[in-house]
Amino acid sequence: MRIEEHPVIDFTRRRGKKVTIYFEGKPIEAYEGEPIAEALHAAGIRVMNYAPKTGRARGLFCAIGKCSSCLMKVNGIPNVRTCITLVEDGMKVERQRGLEPLPRDYRPPKWKEAKRVEADIIIIGGGPAGLMAGAKAAEHGAKVALMDENPILGGQLVKQTHKFFGKREQFAGVRGIKIAEILEKDAREKGVDIYLETSAIGIFQDGDRKLVAAVRKNKELIEFVGKAVIVATGAMEKMIPFENNDLPGVYGAGAIQTLMNTYGIKPGKRVLIVGAGNVGVILAYQLIQAGVDVIAVVEAMPKVGAYFVHAAKIRRLGVPIYTRHTILRAEGKEKVERAVIAEIDDRWQPIPGTEKTYDVDIIALAVGLRPSIELLHQAGAQIVYVRELSGYVVRHDDRLETTVRGIFVAGDSSGIEEATTAMLEGKLAGLAAALFVGAADLRAIDEMKKVRQDIEEFRSGPFGERIRIGEEKVMIR
Amino acid sequence: MNDEYLSRGYLTVEELRKLTPMPSEERLKKKPVAVPECPQEIPCTPCAEICPVNAISMPTPNDRPMVDYDKCIGCSLCVQICPGLAFFMIHYRGEVARITLPHELLPVPKRGDEVILLNRKGENVGTGKVVLVIPREKSVGDTPVVTVEVPVELAWEVRAIRVKEAGE
Repeated sequence: MRIEEHPVIDFTRRRGKKVTIYFEGKPIEAYEGEPIAEALHAAGIRVMNYAPKTGRARGLFCAIGKCSSCLMKVNGIPNVRTCITLVEDGMKVERQRGLEPLPRDYRPPKWKEAKRVEADIIIIGGGPAGLMAGAKAAEHGAKVALMDENPILGGQLVKQTHKFFGKREQFAGVRGIKIAEILEKDAREKGVDIYLETSAIGIFQDGDRKLVAAVRKNKELIEFVGKAVIVATGAMEKMIPFENNDLPGVYGAGAIQTLMNTYGIKPGKRVLIVGAGNVGVILAYQLIQAGVDVIAVVEAMPKVGAYFVHAAKIRRLGVPIYTRHTILRAEGKEKVERAVIAEIDDRWQPIPGTEKTYDVDIIALAVGLRPSIELLHQAGAQIVYVRELSGYVVRHDDRLETTVRGIFVAGDSSGIEEATTAMLEGKLAGLAAALFVGAADLRAIDEMKKVRQDIEEFRSGPFGERIRIGEEKVMIR
Repeated sequence: MNDEYLSRGYLTVEELRKLTPMPSEERLKKKPVAVPECPQEIPCTPCAEICPVNAISMPTPNDRPMVDYDKCIGCSLCVQICPGLAFFMIHYRGEVARITLPHELLPVPKRGDEVILLNRKGENVGTGKVVLVIPREKSVGDTPVVTVEVPVELAWEVRAIRVKEAGE
């Protein structure tokens, strides 16, 4: 099911040329520029593989290459993350059954064949933080190379159809999708060297420089070498335990946004959303905009965690929000067919007799994000668990440099917050790294002061309190 | 103020009155006036930045917007730009009131259309006639804005519209 008409996005203009891929031998129509899993979803195929031990059906979950729930065999090669691998005409796609070996005649690339990319600063992640860092550092004279494992730049901005808060100089009142375009244009104009569909797999010390090993399009090795690295790898969605939470159709909120707002594919017909934070209620509004029915939003806390105004937008369109409710289980055969919810008591236990069953084909989990710190961890940066920043995060100083000299962090990978602060942190890290590599002059220091003031101002209200506490815990003084 | 509205996801009119001073009856009759429904201290300033007559005060970005109703000229720029879709305009005209509200759904109604009126919790409270539409491309905030005429007693109830489906 594809979205033909949308109040904010013109998909007909975005879609590429029609191509044909073969799913277990059957031809499927797809568009150039869209990933395999998304094209299959549009054709009604939700089961991507069967789990190795249990044999249970698995489908998409994160849709941004982070969770490995969508692994399939593509042209005979197993373990392909189909959510971020683009379709090609004639491609053969099969469901993967458990662990499958590489074909005997397959020759993986050898390390000595790796292409080498040299720059002053290597940036991992092309979302709001990474793009802003790249543009800022390049503006101050640094040579910057940036990689992102997705086929498009902008990170999660590319699926945000709502307008952002903040001040107008920070893009307040502008839709996320538009901000992504502005940031990409700016970074490209300033000469940032951009590598898409490129996954960083490790950060190493190489003499007095840093080496980031990466793989492009699942097959080409690339060595990025620079004096500094900025890690802006974002976040990934959390999962909560309930019966059948692995049924295809239990999707992370971001995956649903990717399907409908990036690729114009209807995620389903009827949706139950778990979690009334900003992500959950914004998702509900976006689903309504895409013409999908939202049955309800359930929230375990007694209050809506989202900004009230976002919740009010869906309430006045008739979507109920059930606070003090939780999901008990998903039901269905190899796909979500029903969701069962119940009210919970003060001890968070379901109250017997309050169960309600809804016929839905999608259960959206909007139960929070956690920072993606894997590369920072591997690089040896000091890690601490900070509840207020939503998980394990790295310690850093007020220039966003981690405990590994020359490695900086920005955006959600430094703690879950907002795109507005991700952009500001990106600016700060970009300036700091440009100074570190010797490209920028003292003007960068003045600019850093202004950025710090903007960050402080944004966080100064009651919604910023949690972050302020979290920042205290990671800050190296 | 009591934040019980957060357990429901909508404000009652009584809560709104406690939250923000209301324009006088006289002012409501004079010309359209902007009223925010923005109860939390959130870091957001476009309404105050765009107001051409500086009628919206907000000492710091995390303060709530307060409208000086005598200064407000009823231009609807705040309704168009507000990222939270939390600004509305109200104008009493005898037996009817004109409500100006953001509408980011398809279809966008046309002038003269009869539409279904929804209150803050999405209940159908009657029908009203569309008297003005600012399409997305003419809106400073990329959000279409619709002015709908409703019975005056619904002036503080109607906060959304739904375009009728064929045969409805």
